Amino acid sequence: MLSYLIRRVVLALVVLFGLLVATFFIIHLVPGDPVEIVLGGHASPAQVARVRHELGLDRPLLSQFWLYVSRMVQGHFGTSFTLDSPVGQIIGQRLGASAALIGYGMLLSVLLGVPLAIVAALRPNRWMDKSIRVGTTLTFAMPAFWLGLMLALIFGLELGWLPVAGYSGGVGGILRTLTLPALALGLALTGVVVRTLRSSLLEVLQTEYIEAARSRGLSELRVVGKHALRNSVMNTLTILSVNVGFLIGGTVVIEQVFQIPGLGSLLVEAVEKRDYQLVQTLALLAGSAVVLASLAADLVQATLDPRVRLAGR
Amino acid sequence: MSAIDVFGESSAPVTVALETRRRQGVLRRMPLEAKIGAAILIVLFLAGVLAPVIAPYGQNQLDFANIFSAPSGNHLFGTDGAGRDVFSRTLYALRLDLGVVLAVTYPPLIVGVLVGAVAGYFGGLIDAVIARIIDTMIAFPFMVLVIAVIAIVGPGIKGVLIGVPIVAWALYARLARSEMLVLREQQFMLATIALGYTRRRAILRHAVPNLLRSSLIYSTLDMVVNLLLLASLAYLGLGAQPPNAELGSIIADGQSTLLSAWWIATLPGLVVVLFGVGAGLLGDGISDGRLRGRLQ
Repeated sequence: MLSYLIRRVVLALVVLFGLLVATFFIIHLVPGDPVEIVLGGHASPAQVARVRHELGLDRPLLSQFWLYVSRMVQGHFGTSFTLDSPVGQIIGQRLGASAALIGYGMLLSVLLGVPLAIVAALRPNRWMDKSIRVGTTLTFAMPAFWLGLMLALIFGLELGWLPVAGYSGGVGGILRTLTLPALALGLALTGVVVRTLRSSLLEVLQTEYIEAARSRGLSELRVVGKHALRNSVMNTLTILSVNVGFLIGGTVVIEQVFQIPGLGSLLVEAVEKRDYQLVQTLALLAGSAVVLASLAADLVQATLDPRVRLAGR
Repeated sequence: MSAIDVFGESSAPVTVALETRRRQGVLRRMPLEAKIGAAILIVLFLAGVLAPVIAPYGQNQLDFANIFSAPSGNHLFGTDGAGRDVFSRTLYALRLDLGVVLAVTYPPLIVGVLVGAVAGYFGGLIDAVIARIIDTMIAFPFMVLVIAVIAIVGPGIKGVLIGVPIVAWALYARLARSEMLVLREQQFMLATIALGYTRRRAILRHAVPNLLRSSLIYSTLDMVVNLLLLASLAYLGLGAQPPNAELGSIIADGQSTLLSAWWIATLPGLVVVLFGVGAGLLGDGISDGRLRGRLQ
């Protein structure tokens, strides 16, 4: 277990380092002078030089990188020029809404996806299975923002059940303001959960211990719901962790549709205003979240399933 | 990556060496759903290619006498606030979007399969380095990376053309690499060594054709992901700039009049869904064919 743990953590660190390198170059690849773009053209040369010094852009590349890495690792994300406050503070204010949206979307995809997968796997290739398949193909093909608009049109504007814009915290506020956005975000993922879980259930159902359970006369629902599902939990966890990045990308658009003040809408603002430091930090954060999510999922899996941690031997 | 990962890291290596007799009559042996899917895609691609010929109006032809008119025989998808024909705009948008989708899907496929084949064939240090690079690329949320590229090069199609391939090759490379690890132990690959073929010939002539199959299946899904990405960026105002119509920007234009003129945002969205369904059916159909081949 320990050697697996160390190997897995080292791998995650290598990838995190890769992310640092990639995001570091964002500001250097900007055509023209990023400082002049940030300051908006009518800044005095002295001002430009001062900002350049503040950003460390007057140093050699390697020492800039070192500065960047040490700042990021310590959580000193710098100051946003366009919003005139510390990047860390801005992100702190916006993190809650995005985290709630992602968590809620994930929860919905599991709550919808797991029962549908069981129903589909119970009678493969029958009409229920086929309609579920059609449904998942449809939700996967829908642009999340378009689905969001349609949900807003139907449940917000026509029926008036839920608000179509804004965000408020607390459980009640989240349920009220984030249900439509989370549905729009989670439905595409639901399709993936259903498909992967269905095929893994079907695979498990071929094994001997399932046959043994059946021959003991257990009901089919119990065989699938208890014995087979337990072996498929890990797959679901893996799907979810692998798709954290997809959800993060989705929030960028969904937050725009429902005007939620989260990190996604912050990223779009940052790009529009050419606030490179903000873009850099947000990209790094998003990437790190994906790496950490997959690390966490792997470690949970290794704890629960001895086959995983012993596989490398 | 941040596009949906259907194969997942846990997917079982695919049994590759398929019998050659199935080569003949691919079309006849295609399951019905794959045929329907292929037909949908062909129609949509043709609609895009022929947009200038078949579009009843110009994409920016204004007609202030007919603003916000509902779908009818004259205007299949209705008109928008400037009296522009939404159907014609959708056709032109398809032309632009599908062209970009092809350009960002297939070149990375070729690069990815080659890189994955090399990594899987040689193993060792080369493989370890390539595998870590693949991991890093995939760890980046796709959308965020492309937006970061757009932050650098400015809004427009250019950001997509640069940003998507940076990540997309890695997905194919991962797929090809994991298959190559299985493939290189198979007899026909061992035979290339016994026969004294060069490694280049072994990889390009004997391994890659086998690796292409699952990458091509995956590419049907990848096209959908890329089209959705393109539409999303256009929706955010980071895609093609006006006056060029893009599916996402037409939908964004319709957002403010969703209640009074629902068709502007709804109908172009349905076209995107149709593309996704077509690609999904095609992908499912041909991968089912593979499964059937394995069970025989």
